[in-house]
This record gives sequence, C-alpha cells and structure tokens, in this order.
Amino acid sequence: MAQRSITREGIEVHRFSIIAALVIPLFALFLQASLPLRFTFFSIFDLPLLVTIFFAVARRNPLAGTLTGFIIGLVQDSLTYQHQPIGLFGISKTIIGYLASSIGVKIDVENPGSRLLMTFGFYLLHRGIYQALRNMVRMPIEFNWGHELGAALANALLAVALFMVLDRYKQRN
Amino acid sequence: MDNFFTRYRNETVLFGILFLQVIALATQVRVSDAGGFTGDPNISGRSSSTRLIRVWAVAVISPFQKLSVNSGSGVRNLWGKYVGLIHVRDENARLQEQLNELRLQQTRLQQDADQGRRLQALLAFKEQYVEKTIAAQVIGTSGTDLSRVIYIDRGYRDGVEAGMAVITPDGIVGKISRADRSTSQVLLITDQLSGAGVLLERLRLNGILKGTQSGSPEVLNVMADEKIEVGDKVITTGGDRVYPKGLAVGTVINVAPDRERDPFLSIRVKPAVNLGHLEEVLVVTQLSERSNAVADATVPIRAADMLAQRLPSAKKKTEEDGKKTESPEQSGAKPLTNETTNTTSPKPVAKAVSQPSKPAEKTKESPR
Repeated sequence: MAQRSITREGIEVHRFSIIAALVIPLFALFLQASLPLRFTFFSIFDLPLLVTIFFAVARRNPLAGTLTGFIIGLVQDSLTYQHQPIGLFGISKTIIGYLASSIGVKIDVENPGSRLLMTFGFYLLHRGIYQALRNMVRMPIEFNWGHELGAALANALLAVALFMVLDRYKQRN
Repeated sequence: MDNFFTRYRNETVLFGILFLQVIALATQVRVSDAGGFTGDPNISGRSSSTRLIRVWAVAVISPFQKLSVNSGSGVRNLWGKYVGLIHVRDENARLQEQLNELRLQQTRLQQDADQGRRLQALLAFKEQYVEKTIAAQVIGTSGTDLSRVIYIDRGYRDGVEAGMAVITPDGIVGKISRADRSTSQVLLITDQLSGAGVLLERLRLNGILKGTQSGSPEVLNVMADEKIEVGDKVITTGGDRVYPKGLAVGTVINVAPDRERDPFLSIRVKPAVNLGHLEEVLVVTQLSERSNAVADATVPIRAADMLAQRLPSAKKKTEEDGKKTESPEQSGAKPLTNETTNTTSPKPVAKAVSQPSKPAEKTKESPR
C-alpha cells in the first residue's frame, strides 16, 4: 500500500501501491461513464478530475501530478465523440494535476474546509481551460456561469466525502 | 544546462507534455472553409478511421459496463418476474380495455393509411421503410455533458456501421458515430455536433435540428414570421439520409427570435425519447425504399377508378378510354397510358394518372 514520508517543510508525502494507483482512476472512469445512465444528474460530477486532484495533492510531487492528470485526461478524451479531438481533457487535467501537487507542497490540504475550497477552485479552472481549448480548436460551447458554479460546489462537496474514503488507501508508516 | 533541467524538472516535464498534446491537437483538427469545426467527417475532411487510443479505452471500460448492466438487468428481471406481479390482474383488465379501444382506432387509421398509399401510388411516391433493426443495450456514456454520446453493446460483427440511425419506439435517439467489434458509439441528437433534417408536423415546415449545450436541441432555419406554437410536434424528414422519414423527434417547448441569425427563429425542442434513461435501443441496419404501388396489388381497385371517384370531371372520359384500351392482362394502372389520359383530361390530371404505370412494375423492395 501507500507509504508516507515527511518533506523538509514538514508536510506529509504519501505514496500509493501500483494496484491502488491503477484501479482507483479506472474505477472512477468506469463510474463516470456508467452512472449517468441511471442517474442523469451524475453527469455534473467529474470523478476523474477529483481523482486527479486527490492523487496530486496526496503525492505532492508535481511530476507525478502532471503525469496522473495527463493519463486520466487522455482516457477521458477517448470516451468522447469520435470526431472530437483527443487532448482537450488531457491538457486541462495535466495543468490541474501540476497545480494541485504544487499547492499540496505549500499549504495544508488535509482538512475538509481547504479540500472544499481547493476543489471548487480547481473545478472552475478546469472548466475554464477546457472552454478556452474548445474555442482554440473552433468548437465553442456555451458557458453558463450559474450552472458551472453549481457544478463546482457539487463537485467540491463530493470531493470532501470522496477524499475521506480514498484517504484509507494512503498508508501511514 | 544540466543544473537547469534538474532545477526546473517539473516545469520542463509539464511544458513538454503540454506541448506534445497541443501539437497532437493541432494535427487532429481541420477547419472548414467557413473557419469553423464541424463534426461531420465529410465536411471537415477528416478520415473516418478511429484512433487506437479510443479503441483501447473502450475495450478496457466496456466489459465492466456490460457486466454491470447485465447484472442490473438480472436483478430487475427477478424483481419484475416474481415480486412485481401483485397488481397484474387489475393491470391486465385495464390493458384489455385499452386494447379494444386501440383496435377500433386501428381500423380507422388503416382506412386512412390505405387511402394515403393509393394516392401516393398515383404520384409514384417512394417512401422509406425501416427494413431491419437490431436491438442493443445501452452500456455507457461519455460521462460528461460536454460530449453527449452513449455506448451500446453491438458492434460491426453484429452488422452495425457508422452512420446508421438509432431509434426507440418513441422516436429517434441519434446515429452511430463509430462501430468497434462488439460495441458502438452513438452520437445523441442533443450533442452540439449532431444534426438531423426535421419537419414541423402541423405547418409542414422543414428545418435542421441541432444539439445544444443545455440538452434541448433546437430547430434552425425557420423564418421568424412562421406561427410556431409550443407543443407542435417535430418529425424527421428523411432528407438527411440517416433517419427514416416520419419518426418522432420531439415537441416544441420554446420559440424565440434567434439572436445570432436575425430573420430566423430559435425553436427549442424536448426530445420524444427520454435520453437520460435509455436502456434498450434499435439500430436501423437496413432501410428500403418502396413505391406504394404495392398497395394497389392488394386492393382490387384500379387507379383510374379511384381517380374517377376523386375527380368527377375526369370520370366520363376515363371510362370511355378504358373501354378502348382495356384487355384481360391490362389491369391496375396499365390501361392508363399517356396517350389515353392526354386526350381525356387536363394536363395536371394526365400527369398524375400516367405515373402509376412505372411503380406498378417496380413492386420489389430495393434496399439502399
């Protein structure tokens, strides 16, 4: 399972077993692709994004965060419409993975309040980057602030609960 | 130099990965002459081939989705077959009543349909029929509102191909955008990149259905002076060569001037199918085009006789000509030759009467 070490700044750094690192993102992708079939409202959640943030923050390693976001984003891209270019989610989540792990080094992101705020902000940033990329590839989509703020809040609340569950996979020395 | 990369290793990797993705993105996207991206591979010039990463991703996820859907169906079946039968007797009686009413209604509709077919035969009208469908189970989605696609458990080994229409008894769902071996991707009519030729049933107005971000597709290209009302039914035209003609698309829920396209209306439509709760769908694997002369063969009435009933002015002359030309093998539309009709009726009628001779010979179905 995961291992914990302490950085020079005194912040905990966690590791995950290969199985957890593979199964958790895959399971998140599976749920994201399956649950909206039965529960339409679930499509406002972005489980792959939450998992990206969780791994990036827990590892506190920008390199690992970048790669995690990159891979999860690419797989998510692969499930979208056939003629939609691959890389839109990839780029968005790569940046989020990097930023989340960088923030994780500097501030405490273990308590629910900071997790809520952090996820809220990252969700909006992720949507902003995605929107900009869609415009860049000339596939503009509508951006509804009310909807996005609501979705950001819903994701932030889910993140607080989800991260508590996923914390179990971080092993303490 | 070595120090630089060591010091800025994270940033270097970040920008390297971003750079690679941006380049990859740029190589995938082609824009049309108008400067915009279109989802139609023919318009945007992209090939219809599938990127391997998509095949891999679906291959990894879909077995679990199938397992999940099938196990869910098992539990529902168990419930439905044994536990949910409590009120079945009452329901059966109610359904029987409904069936009787529907039988009466069907008789009336059958008469109307027969009449419509005969008239269409007169005009050598060809109609598209759904010839063959296969049922498929919905196993997954893209998981995001930003790309409204679903996955079904049928692929090219079952005869599914890209471009085929996907429907339910309630109406149209979307079209196949990619067929893998045992799964296919369906682009829903609510996706922003989808489109369909539609008709506002009450006013017989043509338009184009486009998906939107909100999930309520809109009908474009309808002029602002048309009297569209909330509740108007929208059906397919068949003109897009994807969806068969006459299938339900949805109902108008909002009509407003289109701000971006000034003289036109923006007509929001609620899809006839509940796309949020799809379980089983039908893929139209074969369409056929038939002329309605088939109907003439089953109804013992000559086209000329029917025309005479409908157009009394043509009756007398047609009967006279019928005497001149009729022979035992000349039944149905055959007696009505160009020559005959031209001498007996004004031009528009002659045109309508002379045409059935063609479809009468082409009664075989011709799959597209």
